[in-house]
Amino acid sequence: MRSDASWGLKAAAIGGLLFLHLPILLIFLYAFTTEERSYAFPPPGLTTEWFAVAWNREDIWPPLWLSLQVAAIATVLAMILGTLAAAAMARASFFGRDQISLLILLPIALPGVITGMSLRSAFGIMDIPFSTWTIVLGHATFCIVIVYNNAIARMRRLSGGILEASADLGANSFQTFRYVLLPNLGSALLAGGMLAFALSFDEVIVTTFTAGQQSTLPIWMLNELVRPRQRPVTNVVAIVVFAATFVPILIAYYLTRGGSETAGMGK
Amino acid sequence: MTAPAILPAKGAADRLTGVFWRQPRLLLLLLITPPLLWLGVVYLGSLAALLLQSFYSIDEFSGVVKEEFTLKTYAELFRAQNLDIIIRTVVMATAVTLACAVLAFPIAYYAARYAKGHWKAAFYLGVMLPLWSSYLVKVYAWKLILAKEGILGWAAEGTHTSWIIEGILSIPGLEGSSLSTSPFGTFVVFVYIWLPYMILPMQAALERVPNSMLEASADLGATQSQIFRTVILPLALPGVIAGSIFTFSLTLGDYIIPQIIGDSSRFIGLTVYQLQGTAGNTPLAAAFAVVPILIMVIYLTLAKRAGAFDAL
Repeated sequence: MRSDASWGLKAAAIGGLLFLHLPILLIFLYAFTTEERSYAFPPPGLTTEWFAVAWNREDIWPPLWLSLQVAAIATVLAMILGTLAAAAMARASFFGRDQISLLILLPIALPGVITGMSLRSAFGIMDIPFSTWTIVLGHATFCIVIVYNNAIARMRRLSGGILEASADLGANSFQTFRYVLLPNLGSALLAGGMLAFALSFDEVIVTTFTAGQQSTLPIWMLNELVRPRQRPVTNVVAIVVFAATFVPILIAYYLTRGGSETAGMGK
Repeated sequence: MTAPAILPAKGAADRLTGVFWRQPRLLLLLLITPPLLWLGVVYLGSLAALLLQSFYSIDEFSGVVKEEFTLKTYAELFRAQNLDIIIRTVVMATAVTLACAVLAFPIAYYAARYAKGHWKAAFYLGVMLPLWSSYLVKVYAWKLILAKEGILGWAAEGTHTSWIIEGILSIPGLEGSSLSTSPFGTFVVFVYIWLPYMILPMQAALERVPNSMLEASADLGATQSQIFRTVILPLALPGVIAGSIFTFSLTLGDYIIPQIIGDSSRFIGLTVYQLQGTAGNTPLAAAFAVVPILIMVIYLTLAKRAGAFDAL
């Protein structure tokens, strides 16, 4: 094979990457526009007043708070359940193993509308009222696989020898977990947690079915998109949501960089 | 009595370790039970509730859900207007998947075979960041781009290419006052949002094609295009199929994009959302939600036969 790509291929590849990135930049630009009724380009003028306006809008804070709360709880739950599942699945082979791995993957492989509609049907049949916890229930379910993927990749790379060595040196299972397994697993779990947080913070499809009257920040944004008022304020919030997902992803990337597994391969 | 030489006293934790050692299945069971219970009860339980709900029906006069087994609700799916929705969604999902495959190939191919060192990392992050960054923000960005007074219209006017946009908008089936209210806009945004899901498995499959195989075919006299068609493409196909599972499935169920961008013609996801919300017809919504599951089961069976799961 030639070692240089043709110009056509190079241009198509780089063009493709630009296509993926340039649209997001516009969100930033429009947060500074002076035009609040349309998406006129180029913006007639630039201003920073919308950041102050957004800060003082009282309808933004409760959704932001709810989103943080839900994402935090869902992440903790997903980290516990995902790690347990990965620990069980990493080495052992047992009857039904393939089915279980499919079951873990299913909540993100099937469209979110199915998960959402299913949960709603279940809440309806069992007369469960909507609350913060019904949102958490849905979010934790599809976050498990994120933590699981990161944890199991690291466990597969980890030599089984160090666990046996630890046992030979007299450590019991709990000590081995605390002093050998956890330090080795730490960064992968943290990366998984970061990604789970990002996924949950930004989720809107399942959430609309499980939130009832409450609004998370993405639901607030969705309502603004359908019935806009003060459009640049929506952009300011979009920047916040973008940052809240972007930063954890970058951290997750740097935590797992260099390994055979890198965070985020399976969303 | 002799003192037990050098071994320290055994605590409960040590005894438990002994039990785990003798009974490895017990440890396995303890580990797998909590996640399995969660997924079994919350997820499978909900899916069962969905199925159950879809066999109920709604009383057309009172609007109350009748909790009796019936196939009436499923029969409603075959009404012309509902069949239209299903067909429109499947056509859109197919078109989006094909477009994603074509656009993703050069990126995946370059990243897998040519990008080295820093460029490799740049390509990796360049695909990963849009994949993970906020879904809603990305959709919103396209609303800004496709709006009539937005950047695309401005650029087209500046370069005297507005006739291209008007040409697209005059094609029957794609009409709209601007791209943001045309089904073509819906299509573009679907392609944009799901593209990274296609690139990653494709790249993974292409990275596994051994260089020696390409050298061998070149030694045997194959031209570049022959190598591409008869060696690279067949070996990359499982990756393409793996990616297509995501693009296809996600398009089937999405209801945010058609709600924000397009001519508000209905897709399966949007129909489910509206039926359970404003219309309050949960049984029909549930029946509609079962449709993508069935389509995906068929799709996955076909994909499995093509060997796509080795590439996941």
